[in-house]
Amino acid sequence: MPDTMLFAMEAALNGLTAGVMYALVALGFVLIFKASGIFNFSQGVMALFAALTLVGLQSGQVPFAHLINAIFGTRIHYFGWTLPTLVAIAGTVAVMVAFAWLVERYIFRHLVNQEPIILFMATIGLAYFLEGLGDVMWGAEVKRLDVGIPQGMSGTVDDLTFAWFGYGFYMDTLELWAALIAGVLVLSLILFSQYTKQGRALRAVADDHQAALSVGISLRFIWVLVWSMAGIVALVAGMMWGAKSGVQFSLSLIALKALPVLILGGFTSIPGAIVGGLIIGVGERLFDFFLGPIIGGATENWFAYMLALVFLLFRPQGLFGEKIIERV
Amino acid sequence: MKMTRMAAVLAVTMTAAAPALAETLHFPMLNYRTGPFAPGGIAFADGYQDYLTLINERDGGINGVPIRMTECETAYNTERGVECYQGIRGDNPLVLQPLSTGITYQLIPRTMEDRVPMHTMGYGRTSAVNGEVFNWTFNYPANYWDGASVIINYLLEENDGSLDGKKIVLLYHNSAYGREPIPTLTRLSEREGFELLTIGVDSPGQEQGSQWLQIRRERPDYVVMWGWGVMNAVAIQEAANIRFPMENFIGVWWSGSEQDVRPAGQGAHGYKSLAMHGTGRDYPVYDDIQEYVIDRGLNAGTGDEVGTVLYSRGMYAAMLAVEAAKRAQELHDTDVITPAMMRDGMANLVITEELMEELGLPGFGPAFEVSCDNHGGSGEAMIQQWDANEGTWNLITDWIAPDRELIMEMVMEDSLAYARENDIEPQCLEMAGD
Repeated sequence: MPDTMLFAMEAALNGLTAGVMYALVALGFVLIFKASGIFNFSQGVMALFAALTLVGLQSGQVPFAHLINAIFGTRIHYFGWTLPTLVAIAGTVAVMVAFAWLVERYIFRHLVNQEPIILFMATIGLAYFLEGLGDVMWGAEVKRLDVGIPQGMSGTVDDLTFAWFGYGFYMDTLELWAALIAGVLVLSLILFSQYTKQGRALRAVADDHQAALSVGISLRFIWVLVWSMAGIVALVAGMMWGAKSGVQFSLSLIALKALPVLILGGFTSIPGAIVGGLIIGVGERLFDFFLGPIIGGATENWFAYMLALVFLLFRPQGLFGEKIIERV
Repeated sequence: MKMTRMAAVLAVTMTAAAPALAETLHFPMLNYRTGPFAPGGIAFADGYQDYLTLINERDGGINGVPIRMTECETAYNTERGVECYQGIRGDNPLVLQPLSTGITYQLIPRTMEDRVPMHTMGYGRTSAVNGEVFNWTFNYPANYWDGASVIINYLLEENDGSLDGKKIVLLYHNSAYGREPIPTLTRLSEREGFELLTIGVDSPGQEQGSQWLQIRRERPDYVVMWGWGVMNAVAIQEAANIRFPMENFIGVWWSGSEQDVRPAGQGAHGYKSLAMHGTGRDYPVYDDIQEYVIDRGLNAGTGDEVGTVLYSRGMYAAMLAVEAAKRAQELHDTDVITPAMMRDGMANLVITEELMEELGLPGFGPAFEVSCDNHGGSGEAMIQQWDANEGTWNLITDWIAPDRELIMEMVMEDSLAYARENDIEPQCLEMAGD
């Protein structure tokens, strides 16, 4: 097989795993949009906040330490203990659930029946608030996140592909794990929405929230539930991305990677988020492989949007989105 | 009537306040404590502020004139940086430190017009070395082209004087900053016979999968990085992932702080970068910072970052600004100086080893002199290497000089082209008041 072909295959395979990483972020958007029609601008910041909280709990950091020290003249930063990863993850999930409850109680309860643009604006405000809260609570320095998932070149993929093609492909073990975790996550979400009482209620609200209300489903509960689920998805995305780059403010910008995925897959479809992520991932890697050297590289920020734009022209609702027809 | 009385009170208050304001030395700080590049911006800003606080607390200011600090948040955003400048330009700013190449490019013509000096230490427009064209901009002690040349000189030393047939990748932040070393490296590749491959990374650089796949395919001998913020940490992690030998991966001084290497853990062991100054708390000045600033609770940050690479850089920038102000006071025989006088101090700054020792920073930075035809200092830098086991940067070379002949040739080409485009007649400025 010619080298170019092998390299293109390697790029495409890497694109698939990168696409899963994008899909992880997009899933959070889909969950909230599907259940409440809110485009949650703060999803990226939620991933950052969740990752910051996880590192903080793991390392026994005192929340608001800088503020406490500034006010009381103390010099405390750490409790002096560390938490096992699983306990820290459970603690972070609890924090994200509490966050979901607060968001429903103090923001969206007061905005029921408002225009979608108002709800969207509220999430912009929430994003900035959460960004500041994360900094004040855990500090702005770059933090190392180690949740025990191996990183680096996968020896198995390298050996296998070398045996088959005489050239060992590079695959990041972390991204392979991310694919596995994303699979489990999607499966759990599907099982939850299909086979549990709360899941059915969630789908009912997504289909027609007024009809759901009329049969006694609590909209408030559903909103807390869906924001909690989005918080957990944000934690998973924050863990995976944070393990690659350290936990720092830039993590919140991964939301920008999710937008083209949503346009492609549709804002209301969980499988759409996965498929959209994969298309974007593979598309951008192949584009960069074939045309990057000619146009000078640095295509990762704009290519996905260009691809999404092309899709918009032909299928505005996305691959799996619902076609909305409004009659006048 | 009420309004008239209020206006009169306001006028009296302002008149009374004016001498107080005038008898301070205004050092504005264009910081970024928010946004994607905040982790770097905070450490630099804290170092800068703590040193100025030290001068106020220990010495009562510069030769007894207190320093007045003002802070404006740019978030590393060029438009916001320009807005910050518009807000302070009428308030006698003695020296601007924009801490962003993008903001620097925007402020060069504005500061020329407003006659406000600007110091872009290790960043900004490289050809500002030519003080005949860029009268108000200074970039001592080293600039990007110096940095690129120092790296190549170091690699020449490592390869018995020849890079012929070697392949070097430049991985750069796709911005005005990241593209700065390309002309120098291109010239050097032609002269030294190595193959140069440039690979851009879009800001902020969270995703670099394609770039590192390409690097893996190309199998370069060395990777040189011009990154900033999260781009550095991701690149170092990706290099470790593809098992690129870390000792052959060298970053510029903006890609060589603790926060760039720590996220990669053990994988970053052996990574190298340029160092334009020393690092660590083993300098006597830190005893004073501890006593006069930290112990009094006047430190700008948490105190944890004292002695780190970017804190040290901020402190170094403040130290050079204070020394330039002292020089200006000496040249003009007055304690209260204007921005134009400060420019004279910067244009005639002399930093000697003895002075560095006297300031409690022996060997921390190079000795250099600034003049009208050289606003860029000596251009020397050292190489430091990360020890992941100890969690420290270790200097592995002495000061390495750049190829100043080549760089000055390029500086002249670029600066004179700028002068032609902007109708500037190259000339040295007279001293203020002459």
